[in-house]
Amino acid sequence: MQMTPTSEAELAEIVRDADNPLYIRGGGTRGILGDGAVLNTTRLNGITLYEPGALTMVAGAGTPLAQIEAALETEGQMLAFEPFTFGAEGEPTIGGVFATNASGARRVQVGAARDFLLGVRFVDGMGNVIKNGGRVMKNVTGYDLVKLMAGACGTLGVLSEVSFKVLPIPAAAITLAVNVANDGTGIRALGAAMNTPFDVSGAAMVSHSGSAGGKCLIRVEGFQGSVRHREDSLKPVLAEFGTVSECQDDPWPRLRRLEVFDAKVDATWRLALRPGDAAAFVTELAKTMTFSRYYDWAGGRLLIGARGSNVTKGSAETPEAGLIAFHHLLQKMAAKTGGHAALLKSSLPLDVARFQPESAGIAALSRGIRAKFDPKGILNPGVMG
Amino acid sequence: MEMPTPDARLIAKKPELVARLQSVLPAEAVIYDDAETRAYECDALTAYRCPPLCAVLPATTSEVAEVLKICHELGVPVVPRGSGTSLAGGALPTADCVILGVARLNAVLETDYENRYIRVQSGRTNLSVTGAVEADGFFYAPDPSSQLACAIAGNIAMNSGGAHCLKYGVTTNNLLGVTMVLMDGQIVEIGGGVLETGGLDLLGLICGSEGQLGVVTEATLKILPKPEGARPVLLGFDSAEVAGACVADIIRAGVLPVAIEFMDAMLIEVCEDFAQAGYPKCEALLIVEVEGSAAEIDYQLGLIKGIAAVHNPVAVQEAETADQAARIWAGRKAAFSAIGRISDYMCLDGTIPVSELPYVLRRIGEMSAHYGLPVGNVFHAGDGNMHPLICYDANKPGDLEICEEFGAEVLKLCVEVGGCLTGEHGVGVEKRDLMMHQYSAADLEAQMALKDVFDPAWLLNPAKVFPLALSNAHRVAAE
Repeated sequence: MQMTPTSEAELAEIVRDADNPLYIRGGGTRGILGDGAVLNTTRLNGITLYEPGALTMVAGAGTPLAQIEAALETEGQMLAFEPFTFGAEGEPTIGGVFATNASGARRVQVGAARDFLLGVRFVDGMGNVIKNGGRVMKNVTGYDLVKLMAGACGTLGVLSEVSFKVLPIPAAAITLAVNVANDGTGIRALGAAMNTPFDVSGAAMVSHSGSAGGKCLIRVEGFQGSVRHREDSLKPVLAEFGTVSECQDDPWPRLRRLEVFDAKVDATWRLALRPGDAAAFVTELAKTMTFSRYYDWAGGRLLIGARGSNVTKGSAETPEAGLIAFHHLLQKMAAKTGGHAALLKSSLPLDVARFQPESAGIAALSRGIRAKFDPKGILNPGVMG
Repeated sequence: MEMPTPDARLIAKKPELVARLQSVLPAEAVIYDDAETRAYECDALTAYRCPPLCAVLPATTSEVAEVLKICHELGVPVVPRGSGTSLAGGALPTADCVILGVARLNAVLETDYENRYIRVQSGRTNLSVTGAVEADGFFYAPDPSSQLACAIAGNIAMNSGGAHCLKYGVTTNNLLGVTMVLMDGQIVEIGGGVLETGGLDLLGLICGSEGQLGVVTEATLKILPKPEGARPVLLGFDSAEVAGACVADIIRAGVLPVAIEFMDAMLIEVCEDFAQAGYPKCEALLIVEVEGSAAEIDYQLGLIKGIAAVHNPVAVQEAETADQAARIWAGRKAAFSAIGRISDYMCLDGTIPVSELPYVLRRIGEMSAHYGLPVGNVFHAGDGNMHPLICYDANKPGDLEICEEFGAEVLKLCVEVGGCLTGEHGVGVEKRDLMMHQYSAADLEAQMALKDVFDPAWLLNPAKVFPLALSNAHRVAAE
């Protein structure tokens, strides 16, 4: 069954009347798998306000990301947090971007999707229409439910409208590549770039699976003169880590589509780690597992891709079992470092808790919040725990 | 300003409360003498005062937990207090409450340049966080005007901003984790050295919750490498509206300065008297700061001066030296102190879309004439965060009430044009009763439901943020 409300009022009525789970779906591109009747938000669409001079846009949650970005581009502006997408699959919506707090490479400089979200309208699990925040840059009027809704995967409410901050597209950009001998050196190179005053707007590392080393990508953006100055200043800083060259092709669009692994993978995870822990994490993991890796945010984010057929190097009976064992190992290891791992997307059905289990205290608070916002337990139940 | 009637039963329990608090804290950390509790009777919103039952100054997270357990058991409200610089009455006591001051929680716990964060106890002052890392070339970005005095705890409670948040964001954008004690004494760790939290963004919720959800005792803060250089230019205009239009043009042109500050004629004069900043005499002044290498700064200032030229500025003054730049900022950051020398004042904090600046400035001028109270404007123009300063005479009967009515009208105007009641100071008691102008009862119920989860007994800072009539049902249910 599928319901496709065309207005916020209709959405509220559907949720108010529902007694059984609703699987909230925008473009359906972000790997959230839910049971229950599909609640499709794609007709809650359209840009309702765009003020380039105030750097703000307001749009229905079901508005296609492509439509938003096209409108911004005509004014020389952009979604600065560079939301990642899964390549050409489906039509991502702006609601899905914020509901999953999907941020890309420039997050390292300007912040995450949640940092750009200024206001929300949503329908809670009882069918109440709630608004929070607004459309101005600074707003501390009452509690910040905007942040709470960002990344909540629809479990606290169905987004109907979002307002967000946009930024001008930089006049120029340059990406430097550094070939490094191993991951540890690579992370140190990215950290060294981040610790300069040259306003790095992308700090990633791509590697061939199974081989040590890889290529660091370091981007600077701004006015033409600034970019040249920063490039010249960064080169000597980076030279001590490996051979430095300037990228001729822009590598970031591919990374943004998560076309980051050199081999086909069945499942993808995202990990948040302290940059200083990331390389050691990968070394340890590689002792028992086979996987592809991609570091972003100077090592603060690690994307991992794996194939069920070979991830455990043959110790698992089925591809699913191999990926599940891998998933548990990732979360166990991440917890040890104070970080966390979440399953992003899988083409095989994996019966696992997508998000890292939380400490007892945090889990109790999160449960309490869910019980208040979704007492019937009908909004994407099980998606977040 | 209505506050809940103090609970006589709690006041009668004072000896027991003090004795129990003394059993878990050093003697000097429990302040209960009536002459001494008076020091905590108000914060920077001095129009309202009420000494608390007692004040405690714990020095560790576990001491905070012990204090909260005792208060929770006895049903005593707790009002957390950073440095007491709130302009919104966020730390205003009630006669039956314990003030929990974080002043002794002031240590730096860890600095980590590899992962670019610092972990501090929450009573540490904002400026001293930067102080702890600046010799190594780093800084902590949020810079409220009160940064010399204000505590990180208060910054987190109010999600404080500052002049440079146009580029660097406010507290919530620079906060990586907290250690927080819930009202029942339970200690929780949220976030830490990693960029994102795993499940629901509780950190985002805590930041700006005005000390109503828990007492933050430690914080992990993002630190950034200092820019190569920074230089402001002063742009003087012969009307506030023209200055407002210039701001919108700068933003629209895609130049993103790190700060765009606005001052009107009244503030220019009082700040110049106070700080000898070298401001030109004119109706409206913008301080526009850019960062980078010397050449980058020249280039960006060139673009900005080009945009300003269209608006016929009456003065264009670039800071030539670091000393001149420092004086320009000293003048701006002293604005509240400077005007405090000449008059009692109320500082508003509404935010509006930048495009509405000229209209709202004109309307405030008209209201000033209508109410007969002078108003000065000084604010973060780049992000539309206004700070009209309404002058009144605290000794003149009725003047405060007129001032409050004027202030409420200005804030309603901010909401009307698409903005909000408060951009960085918080609601506190000051804007509590205006909340229904921005939010519906359902919107506020959703917020209060979160307090029910974190503090079911409604003991933490209970009379703030929400109109009493609305929060009453929650507070009564909790008893």
